[in-house]
Amino acid sequence: MPHIQLADGIPGILGPMLFRPETAKPLNELAEVLLRQPSTLSPGERELIATYVSSENDCYFCQTVHGAVAAHHLGGDEELVLKTKANPSTAPVSPKLKALLKIAGKVQKGGKSVLSEDIDQARQLGATDLEIHDTVLIAAAFCMYNRYVDGLATWAPDDPEMYRAQGARLAEEGYVSSTEGVGVGTH
Amino acid sequence: MAHIKLTEGLPGIRGLFAFRPETAKPLCELAEVLLHQPNSLSAADRELIATYVSSQNDCFYCQASHGAIAAHHLEGNETLVAQVKESPAVAPISDKLKALLALAGKLQKGGKHAQHDDIENARRQGATDLEIHDTVLIAAAFCMYNRYVDGLATWASQDLNSYRERAAAVATGGYQRIPGAIG
Repeated sequence: MPHIQLADGIPGILGPMLFRPETAKPLNELAEVLLRQPSTLSPGERELIATYVSSENDCYFCQTVHGAVAAHHLGGDEELVLKTKANPSTAPVSPKLKALLKIAGKVQKGGKSVLSEDIDQARQLGATDLEIHDTVLIAAAFCMYNRYVDGLATWAPDDPEMYRAQGARLAEEGYVSSTEGVGVGTH
Repeated sequence: MAHIKLTEGLPGIRGLFAFRPETAKPLCELAEVLLHQPNSLSAADRELIATYVSSQNDCFYCQASHGAIAAHHLEGNETLVAQVKESPAVAPISDKLKALLALAGKLQKGGKHAQHDDIENARRQGATDLEIHDTVLIAAAFCMYNRYVDGLATWASQDLNSYRERAAAVATGGYQRIPGAIG
């Protein structure tokens, strides 16, 4: 049961977002800019970074829903999502994405864990300053979203189909409207 | 030196806001709602929570800047800020704020560290659901801001007066004007 009174049957972050729309707005806008707005990193790559950090933080809801968004962007390749979560350094992703996932893993442990050599390695593999910036901020932001979701003990469904459906919806419609229509008729 | 090329002389998160205004906007809006907009928790209490989490994350820039803003709200009582960073359990603050700081300290370690007992303790001291929600999100948000600032190795002034001088403007004017003021 969630630590505070949230609407019944609303999964993960959507419960606290409906509880506090004033903070939901910037939280959704941040996700929209980082994960969906045009970038030299593909949406699939950015969702893999979000999924990997959520997995390292052991947040079931976030890693499952963002894993589903990533898979949707990757033509349904759920295997690649699992391999990235298990071990980015051996997953069949580009060397540049491997280097960015390594930075994201360092950020998950703490900001000071990121070393100059991690940044140099990403840069040698073609990462730009903007891509490095966005990788660090995606990783940092998921250290927030994951704590928000688990710190309030929100409910997470088990049904993989629910996550596939929600993943497809988020991939196509984005984050700004994520709470629209949710919870209508549940009270 | 910062890991990416930032405008010289803009410390901490301000250099990052100038580098990427698109993300600065929601980051500042979030701080504005959590720390500055009207709330049953005082602005000082909320800044103390932000400062404590930043201290636990060993982020110099965030704990110095939010510590100075907290002290400004507390009529300059920097000793209290130092005591809260040192040990919230023995600092001269209300039992409710102690319980909320204990909860924030759990969040700093990870979301699952916040246990039912921590919530019940805060509730016994009079904390509402909204206050518990906001404490959890302030702590979670500073786990983001701190990692953002240190993960990119931003520059931070070592002169504490520079933080004191800026604190009054933020304490009064809030966070939402910050990106525009830089950009």
